[in-house]
Amino acid sequence: MKLAVWTYEGPPHVGAMRVATAMRRVHYVLHAPQGDTYADLLFTMIERRDARPPVTYTTFQARDLSGDTAELFKNAARDAYARFKPEALLVGASCTGELIQDDPGGLARALDLPVPVIALDLPSYQKKENWGAGETFYQLVRFFADPARAAAAPATKTRPSCNLLGATALGFRCRDDVRELTTLLGRLGVDVNVCAPLGAAPSDLARLGHADFNVLLYPETGDQAARWLERTYGQKIIRTTPIGVNATRAFIAEVCALTGLAAPADIEADLRLPWWSRSVDSNYLTGKRVFIFGDATHVLAAQRVAREEMGFEVVGIGTYAREFAREVRAAAAEIGCDALITDDYLDVEHAIAALQPELVLGTQMERHIAKRLKIGCAVISAPAHVQDYPARHAPQMGFEGANVLFDTWVHPLVMGLEEHLLAMFRDDFEFHDGAGPSHLEAAPAPQPEATPSAAAIVWSHAAEAELAKIPFFVRGKARRNTEAYAALHGVAAIDVDTLYDAKSHFQR
Amino acid sequence: MSPAPLARSGDAAAAPVLRERGQHEVFCGLTSIVWLHRKMQDAFFLVVGSRTCAHLLQSAAGVMIFAEPRFATAIMEERDLAGLADAQDELDAVVERLLARRGDIKTLFLVGSCPSEVIKLDLGRAAQRLSMRFAPEVRVLHYSGSGIETTFTQGEDACLAAMIPDAPAAAPDAPAELLVVGALPDVVEDQFSRLFAALGVGPVSFFPPRRAAAPPAIGPNTRFILAQPFLTDTVRALRERGAVRVPALYPFGAEGATQWFTAAATAFGVDPVHARQTLAPARERATRALARHREALAGKSVFFFPDSQLEAPLARFLTRELGMRPIEVSAPYINRELVDEELAALPGDAVISEGQDVERQLDRCRAARPDLVVCGLGLANPLEAEGLTTKWSIELVFSPVHGFEQAGDLAALFTRPFARRAALRV
Ligand code: SF4
Ligand code: SF4
Repeated sequence: MKLAVWTYEGPPHVGAMRVATAMRRVHYVLHAPQGDTYADLLFTMIERRDARPPVTYTTFQARDLSGDTAELFKNAARDAYARFKPEALLVGASCTGELIQDDPGGLARALDLPVPVIALDLPSYQKKENWGAGETFYQLVRFFADPARAAAAPATKTRPSCNLLGATALGFRCRDDVRELTTLLGRLGVDVNVCAPLGAAPSDLARLGHADFNVLLYPETGDQAARWLERTYGQKIIRTTPIGVNATRAFIAEVCALTGLAAPADIEADLRLPWWSRSVDSNYLTGKRVFIFGDATHVLAAQRVAREEMGFEVVGIGTYAREFAREVRAAAAEIGCDALITDDYLDVEHAIAALQPELVLGTQMERHIAKRLKIGCAVISAPAHVQDYPARHAPQMGFEGANVLFDTWVHPLVMGLEEHLLAMFRDDFEFHDGAGPSHLEAAPAPQPEATPSAAAIVWSHAAEAELAKIPFFVRGKARRNTEAYAALHGVAAIDVDTLYDAKSHFQR
Repeated sequence: MSPAPLARSGDAAAAPVLRERGQHEVFCGLTSIVWLHRKMQDAFFLVVGSRTCAHLLQSAAGVMIFAEPRFATAIMEERDLAGLADAQDELDAVVERLLARRGDIKTLFLVGSCPSEVIKLDLGRAAQRLSMRFAPEVRVLHYSGSGIETTFTQGEDACLAAMIPDAPAAAPDAPAELLVVGALPDVVEDQFSRLFAALGVGPVSFFPPRRAAAPPAIGPNTRFILAQPFLTDTVRALRERGAVRVPALYPFGAEGATQWFTAAATAFGVDPVHARQTLAPARERATRALARHREALAGKSVFFFPDSQLEAPLARFLTRELGMRPIEVSAPYINRELVDEELAALPGDAVISEGQDVERQLDRCRAARPDLVVCGLGLANPLEAEGLTTKWSIELVFSPVHGFEQAGDLAALFTRPFARRAALRV
């Protein structure tokens, strides 16, 4: 038994829903109690989908348990087929359904429906959402792209083509990444054969084998399927996630090497990140201390962008995706920071509180942690909330994605010029401590909080007064640093000298 | 100014109920933890369940994540399912760690879920054992909020019913006391307390109490009145302690609130003239507040999907005080005793349905093309996309909507979707 307050991932059947909802012409019959229907609102509210997820829940009740829950399942599957006429029926059980052991696959097959039945065996008490999405996608691909069943290849093919693998419903900016990469590949002279799961019908999966290679957008959901396609069709996998300028360039180079195509000269025409980063206003970004947490795809990409393209200092990275612990640890070792592999958000909170970064790049969970700790935060990974599904085109991938990263990561920070003005005019009424960044909603001024370990340390009046002269947005840090310094050196009473001793101690 | 008497010909209470047994698109009882933990701030709710249960709570409470909320899930894993004795030990360990970290917990609710019920994990035994171990600092109670036994607000019912055996007994010769049953926002409780005092009804206490560790005394001289219509088991448990129910409409709208306070006043022998005079100013305020909304809503049709059990009283309020026309009013389940009077106030041609077959209900709803659909979050956007106007029912549970002073706010929840439609030119 594991105590969980907030979770990064839902159960594996929610992963299956993300695949089913992303696709067209499939329907998922889930042996589950009524409360499990909450999952619909993730899609209709958080992602603002205008249609219900293609899911039928059997909603068995306690009184059914002594009777025939198998019959209930069969009726639900039969009705769902009759009503929705999908090309394929996915069947499975949620955590409770799994316990009553009705064998949804066998039951559905016994109905002799005129469409394939894909039985999903997703162990709810061992696995989680992303695994469930990956497994579901893999099962679908394996079935429909099976060479014995697959669609015949078109007779003529003019341009090289690839598949885009891994984009799901409720993913982070999947819609925009797919559009961005489709455009980018098109300009390179590569067609997208099939994008899946997002937007694909089972009959599209049957055409997967026709592509020359696969682009693995999100390894969390697409890796297993991509490997199988590689084994079955010899399709090479491009694994470079094109998030950030350098990764996008590397991605383009790989595509070109694979296809023998050359990128057009103006491929970077709309790329602005490099100049935005080099312009003098961005000087203040140098060495900003950043903590990064999320799924593996986005964390691994973000740590590189943060260092190489924003000039930040990455002080810690981590992921809740244990499946990718190795990769994240390797990246951390390379940067020389610690890797936090956990799905306990309290661990993440402790890590952030201890590291005192100036910016957090994370999920909605880290947004809340950062808010509490009064640190700026930008969301870079699922799970995300409704405001992270924007109306505008806001990809993470490709060159436009790089532009978006610059904007969204800098937004929570006080702007460069503004930071200087605040420091210079801090006694002016317009620039008083409570003013905060002018482009953000009026937030209460950061309150310096004593660190618990420093509870016994006292501040002299003079030191407090001196502290008050420090601009508010670094004051909390100055206080904590001073207290940490005092604790380290056994100083029980902080005076002005301690403050400056600490300053020189921590100066980089 | 006073509305017509409630009894009418062809009322919906006499009409047959459409019973549906298909897919129920409703929350399970765990969801009520979202407001119960805010109401009883010294209590902690530990769900013994699966990752799904944790995810449900997070999604339902997702609107605001607190530092460390007073609820959590003990997620069962593969090895817990293997042997039951093991699961009890594991639970002890989880509770021990939790209580060590959270010294502020005075009452711990172990909340059963579908998985814990299906594997027959005995939370009663666990609660007893843990209570003995942590007494007197912490009481450990248990109830089930599982989706195989409870829907949405039934979780509150189960929780309250579980608290009653633990409440002190009022002496048989104690003076009559009024117990208002069903969780209400503090601001509403305070308004109600003031009105009861002015009426001369009292002493009054509220259940659930603001502190779970201090439940009110209950005995044969307890008169209780329901603020919420979903409290079947709580009513039974109160009666077992000898308490007597004061039947009334639910306090939604000017009429509902008047009838509700008047019923309490009558039960406490308050002079009817005094009662009427005392309630008059509040009632007039509420009626005035409703007038504007009545203009916007009168003549419009409304279709209720099952959700919170508040459907019948709300439909009555919309029909009688705002002139709306209910097409279908459905509830996850109907306890006749608790809502008969509400149903009687609905027109005879309204379909009353119990349970759900969501696909068939959507068919009926599309065919009827109501002006307003009251439904859960999973259905709202898809129906809007089909051109229907919707009101999410969950807001009716989370906002202060009871009593005279909130009557206008309650009506506003229903006019807002129309106002928004009218405002948009895109
Ligand atoms: S319906 Fe059952 S399994 Fe699902 S969240 Fe509710 S209690 Fe948990
Ligand atoms: S702050 Fe976070 S949890 Fe709260 S509403 Fe916004 S996104 Fe949701």
